Amino acid sequence: MLDWLTEYKLPVGDVAEAVFDWLQANGGWFFDGLALAMEWLIDWILFLFQAPHPFIVVAILTAATWALHRNWQVPALVAAGFLFVLNQGYWEETSESLTLVLSACVVCMGVGVPIGIAAAHRPALYRWLRPVLDLMQTLPTFVYLIPAIVFFGIGMVPGLIATVIFVVPAPIRLTHLGISSTPTSLIEAADAFGATPSQKLWKVELPSALPQIMAGLNQTIMLSLSMVVIAALVGADGLGVPVVRALNRVDTGLGFEAGLIIVVVAILLDRALRIDK
Amino acid sequence: MSAVTFDNVSIMFGDAPEKALPLADQGQSRAEIQQATDQVLGVHDASLEVEEGETLVLMGLSGSGKSTLLRAVNGLNPVVRGRVLVKDGEEQVDVTACSATRLRKLRQNRVAMVFQQFGLLPWRTVSENVGFGLELAGAEDRRERVARQLNLVGLDGWGERKVGELSGGMQQRVGLARAFATDAPILLMDEPFSALDPLIRTRLQDELIQLQDELKRTIIFVSHDLDEAFKIGARIAIMEGGRIVQCGTPREIFSNPASDYVADFVANMNPLGVLTARDVLEPGEGERSIAAETPIREVMPLLREGPLSVMEGDHHLGRVTAQSVVERLSA
Ligand SMILES: Nc1ncnc2c1ncn2[C@@H]1O[C@H](COP(=O)(O)OP(=O)(O)OP(=O)(O)O)[C@@H](O)[C@H]1O
Ligand SMILES: [Mg+2]
Repeated sequence: MLDWLTEYKLPVGDVAEAVFDWLQANGGWFFDGLALAMEWLIDWILFLFQAPHPFIVVAILTAATWALHRNWQVPALVAAGFLFVLNQGYWEETSESLTLVLSACVVCMGVGVPIGIAAAHRPALYRWLRPVLDLMQTLPTFVYLIPAIVFFGIGMVPGLIATVIFVVPAPIRLTHLGISSTPTSLIEAADAFGATPSQKLWKVELPSALPQIMAGLNQTIMLSLSMVVIAALVGADGLGVPVVRALNRVDTGLGFEAGLIIVVVAILLDRALRIDK
Repeated sequence: MSAVTFDNVSIMFGDAPEKALPLADQGQSRAEIQQATDQVLGVHDASLEVEEGETLVLMGLSGSGKSTLLRAVNGLNPVVRGRVLVKDGEEQVDVTACSATRLRKLRQNRVAMVFQQFGLLPWRTVSENVGFGLELAGAEDRRERVARQLNLVGLDGWGERKVGELSGGMQQRVGLARAFATDAPILLMDEPFSALDPLIRTRLQDELIQLQDELKRTIIFVSHDLDEAFKIGARIAIMEGGRIVQCGTPREIFSNPASDYVADFVANMNPLGVLTARDVLEPGEGERSIAAETPIREVMPLLREGPLSVMEGDHHLGRVTAQSVVERLSA
């Protein structure tokens, strides 16, 4: 019955493969350069986390939290959480995961905010961009792990790339929302007093969009953290590694331990970054 | 040279204004034009000269095109046909045709604006808002100039507050200070007081009149309230459906409305603000004499002691009685 339909299969898979092959053959220099830059970023951040004694890093993070919140509860929670991590012997993995999260933040905000601004200023661009963003967020993450390995091999870099692809739509969308919901009255006031386009951006649109952009940063961090297990599958170090190992060995104890650490880190980051004004 | 010249200005909203202009030229109304071409008539063939130091009020019902015409002066609305000339030093710049840089310079130094909804940046302090125009223009002596403006509008000591903490009346003072701060000789005010409650509104109107006596700027003021218009404006242009239907001094408009629309406006206003003894004459002699230009407000208390003779110089015009005033007011 369905022969006529299945007789000719549309070559979706073949086309995708051809595109990847072509990219690999012709865009090698680009991906190599990208990989180099990412590696450099990751190494630096990892160095910052791992070179000092863990207590110093925890103290700095706690102090930073205090600077943000000006109360004692949240910094106390942060300090307690990290001490628990140390107690469980997961400091190295945690610092690696934090490195991945922080690198993802740098890349996602660095790319996402400018794209969000450009999209807010050009409705046509956003119409074209929206389906792409939807695709990036709905495509199962495992699917783009494959090209990530093809282009970047195994390690932190493909983990970071996969994380960025999954996460970057969030800051793009939120920046777009923030910039395009700048009240017209403020834009007009800026125009009426002779603002240049860049003055308008820096003095009116960005400050007005700041709450949304910060929400984008918050989401970026939380979504990146949710990617640590997936990233471990392509060889990224961090808290995902013991989880994957536990899965392979069906080691319930190890799996639960590592999972709990991920939850603790997630709660710490969420609390530390949630600033109510 | 006039400070601002509107030369046959037409403004049309929509994607194909050329289609709609001929219809507007035939005198069709906004509704008819919209029906036929899907274009919205903003303003049609408005011509007006605003002299330096003058306060001109644009007046009309909601949707009559006041804001649209006002916003043509600093190029916030594109003009489809005609010219808007703004005096800049010894030359007149056509806002509709000048370059973006030229327009920006005009907005920074020559034309400032006050908005109905204030248009203040809520994350900034009062001082930072007042200095906004100066900051955009890159002025050096911002601090002193901001301090001077704060003093002028009575906001000394409020400079470091966030604007959100201020009442509506104070926020609009910030809006005024921001517009005054750039020293722009031309001020555009789009219903600056209509979002305020009546008491504050009256107070700010009085303050504006006082400031204007001192500063002598050219002001184009939009209002839909004839009382406000008569109080503030030396001349009033009344708009209806995108067209200017009458332009003149308050007295001319009051005593000689050009159409039923204008007459309707006039009928609904408080006449005590405009009438003078000259307007309530009846033949005959009174006891004491007063000048023909004495405002009615001042005449009324004197009437308790009997009829008054109205004099223009040595010339006797007639008399005012309580009866003649009542008759004029109820006419
Ligand atoms: N940006 C715009 N796009 C489309 N139509 C517009 C635009 N701005 C104004 N109009 C239309 O132009 C006409 C005149 O509007 P305008 O704002 O000048 O009226 P107004 O006299 O200032 O009224 P109000 O007292 O309500 O402020 C209205 O019919 C309005 O709908
Ligand atoms: Mg208006």
